[in-house]
Amino acid sequence: MTDRKTYPLVIFLGPAMAAIGLFFFIPVLAALVLSFTDFDIYALGNFSVARFVGLRNYVQIFNDPLFWKALKNTLYFLLAGGPLSIAVSLGAALLLNAKLVRWKPLFRFVYFAPVVTTLVAVAVVWRFIYHPRFGLLNYALGLLGINPIDWLGDPNWAMPAMILLAVWKNFGYNMIIFIAGLQNIPAELYEAASIDGAGFWQRFRSVTLPLLAPTTVFITIITMIGYFQFFAEPYVMTQGGPLNSTLSIVLLMYQQGFRWWSMGYAAAIAFVLFLFILLGSAAQTWLQRRRAG
Amino acid sequence: MRTVKSLGLHAVLLVLAVVTMAPLVWMFAASFMASGEASTFPPPFFPAHPTLKQYVELFTRLNITHYVVNSALLSLSVTALSLLVNSMAGFAFAKYRFAGRDKLFKLLMASMVIPAQVTMLPLFLMLNKMGLVNTYFGVIIPGLASIFGIFLIRQYALSIPDSLIEAARMDGAGDFRIYWSVILPLCKPILITLAIFTFMGTWNDFLWPLIIMTDDAMYTLPVALAGLAGEHVQDTELMMAGAVMTVLPVLLVFLALQKYYISGIMAGSVKE
Repeated sequence: MTDRKTYPLVIFLGPAMAAIGLFFFIPVLAALVLSFTDFDIYALGNFSVARFVGLRNYVQIFNDPLFWKALKNTLYFLLAGGPLSIAVSLGAALLLNAKLVRWKPLFRFVYFAPVVTTLVAVAVVWRFIYHPRFGLLNYALGLLGINPIDWLGDPNWAMPAMILLAVWKNFGYNMIIFIAGLQNIPAELYEAASIDGAGFWQRFRSVTLPLLAPTTVFITIITMIGYFQFFAEPYVMTQGGPLNSTLSIVLLMYQQGFRWWSMGYAAAIAFVLFLFILLGSAAQTWLQRRRAG
Repeated sequence: MRTVKSLGLHAVLLVLAVVTMAPLVWMFAASFMASGEASTFPPPFFPAHPTLKQYVELFTRLNITHYVVNSALLSLSVTALSLLVNSMAGFAFAKYRFAGRDKLFKLLMASMVIPAQVTMLPLFLMLNKMGLVNTYFGVIIPGLASIFGIFLIRQYALSIPDSLIEAARMDGAGDFRIYWSVILPLCKPILITLAIFTFMGTWNDFLWPLIIMTDDAMYTLPVALAGLAGEHVQDTELMMAGAVMTVLPVLLVFLALQKYYISGIMAGSVKE
């Protein structure tokens, strides 16, 4: 439009850039600095007590069994829950996209409803659904002849319980994006494949999946970023237990930073989390480019 | 063959719908049960004698009104303020030419990969120094501007023809006038979308309010509910009523405005 004056820019762009600079970029840099200090509860009252300790926090992370436990749990959540949730989303999208289906808006609304709910509230609800004696889940499994499971009390079952809740809560979101992707695939391609005698699976493999690849990469990245930040479910349902079996990286950061006030150490944990997310996103994008190129 | 296939499809869809709705329907049902009713075997799905007792207890003994007010005020003020700040910035990125514009925009896009948790420790220290811990400002400030919001508005504003802006300028309209009377009305659909996203995001947010609100009277609903659920492990029915109070407002907003919400997800997913 114009490049005559700067004052409109100051007015329009100023507030947003000031807010993002002050409350996002400066804290990111400050967190990096913080991660090289021994900032603790004493420094909270008087910042000058904190000293630079170089890479000590990062070395400590590397030697901290709790961190490895949290990383393992987070990766479990990500690598088991992520693909499962994407598969359910894709399945639901394929079903809803079928020509024969009626009442599409109703089904779409139902599948999407958990997405908008408050995570803390539904975690409270699911804590009771997982109750070993009076929970609905064990009751339903009992009808199928399956013995009761102590979902949140058994270290082997606590993570699957978290994953089940997350898949239930999130699949509707990716389903919507998949539906948009499916609707962009030209119908002629399916017709051509049908004429060539391709069955449902063949059409799915040679038309749907390849043309859906960009959508799938996008969904994989946002799902990964979201699942890495896994926090409220264990906070509400297990506090990280039993035996730290649901301790996540963000929960560990929260406990170190805001319960024990080891803020230098917690900042280093936050940066390690950031690094993992960055590497994950880069790997996804690289894989996609290599396939496309 | 067609009807068999159709029946099969609908059967699968119906089973998935029942499984998806069951936890939410049970939450509503259990919130109307008498105390202790949910903890019997076999677990009842519907209350034998529906009662409002749990809700009365929430509002009297547990004083939930505080938290409802906190959540509502915070969500509404973050929505209003961030809508103004983000729409101005989105407009500037779409319709003004200035040195470094594209670089700045790319930097903002790239920084979306930084998880918010990274900023939380210094932000807490900063707000603590400013005396803003335990105040509404502490929650509002990080929500003032959002990179995603700026992105959504910019993409939408790009499709507004420059000729409309030039015409308004010919008629003597100033920059702010153009933003307010030409751009904003044309951006209405995306503004509604962003408003819903922001409202729900703030209402549902947990980690940041948990960190910044240290005094019970300042808790938002999710923070209060998480605390209560830790103390009232046995009071299933009461906690379900608390969960309903937390979830109901966002479900109603979604029910009323789902068209805008869904289109927003699609707009957000087609970047690049």
